[in-house]
Amino acid sequence: MIREDLEQLEARLLKVFSEAKLERTLDHMVMWVEPDRLVETMTRLRDDDALNFKQMMDLTAVHYPKREAPLEIVYQLLSVYRNQRLRVKMAVPDGAMIPTVTGIWSCANWYERETYEMFGVLFKGHPDLRRLLTEYDSEDYPLRKEFPLCGHYDVFYDEKQRRVVRKPVELPRESREPYSRKRA
Amino acid sequence: MIEEVRDEAQNRGFLLTSADKIVNWARTSSMWPMTFGLACCAVEMMHAGGSRYDLDRFGIIFRGSPRQSDVMVVAGTLTNKMAPALRKLYDQMPEPRWVIAMGACASGGGYYHHTYSVVRGCGRVVPVDIYIPGCPPTAEALLYGIIQLQKKIHKTHTLYSGWELSK
Repeated sequence: MIREDLEQLEARLLKVFSEAKLERTLDHMVMWVEPDRLVETMTRLRDDDALNFKQMMDLTAVHYPKREAPLEIVYQLLSVYRNQRLRVKMAVPDGAMIPTVTGIWSCANWYERETYEMFGVLFKGHPDLRRLLTEYDSEDYPLRKEFPLCGHYDVFYDEKQRRVVRKPVELPRESREPYSRKRA
Repeated sequence: MIEEVRDEAQNRGFLLTSADKIVNWARTSSMWPMTFGLACCAVEMMHAGGSRYDLDRFGIIFRGSPRQSDVMVVAGTLTNKMAPALRKLYDQMPEPRWVIAMGACASGGGYYHHTYSVVRGCGRVVPVDIYIPGCPPTAEALLYGIIQLQKKIHKTHTLYSGWELSK
């Protein structure tokens, strides 16, 4: 967004949320929220006539293992009405329950499922918090930094049991990737 | 050759061949592959099935059901989540059955070899007859692989076969 747009958006945000914690990155506006104020803030962002963020484009998380609250939940919002975008961020500790936004934007359903399976973030009030892409019975959270890139198990067909079984990963050659099992 | 066959049939009224030859001829002339497109390799498989390369002229017709198929072309990345389903479909195919691993991912994990969610080669889940290299292999490469499989089938002896012994 251009500078005038950013300044205009900042003014409108401060008008609606007088204590908003705002931050500018290059050409984007970032707003930090607390988990207990999330649903209220998001509903106002969507419904307030001055803001009109009717669409949630993306929801994901970032893992910073050294921080005190290691997970950062990121929401990308779009206001088609104003042609403006907003990034909402929330820092949460490990294992915290986060309120769901499926009641505000129904598209959040699958995004929250994916964030759950990739980072282990639990969304309180989600209608169907299953894993989305990986196996339903998997216990891995692959996008967390401590997770080894090659994973924990391989699948094989077992002739005796007549089914596909899991065995620990054995790679004959060491991976050159930074988060491989041997270097982690 | 057709002239000779016609003469023999007209003069004597019958033809002589070996049982292996005629069984293998029947099998190689109607290999029906199961449609198992998993990734971009599937597009090359479709090209091979289209009018330019035209798998129909080899008697190859894609089937939607494992019960009607002889060949499984694993065309693409096999993930851990898909592996039990692939094996189940393979188990549902009637014997004799063959598997072609098409492309780098199906052969050995390929680009995703070091990741957590991909099977490092579909040979870990089903017995593979032909490996086709490439990422993705061209339609010609798939065609070449199918011809190699036909040659492999021609070498089997149906009445005294390897897989009967192995059971």
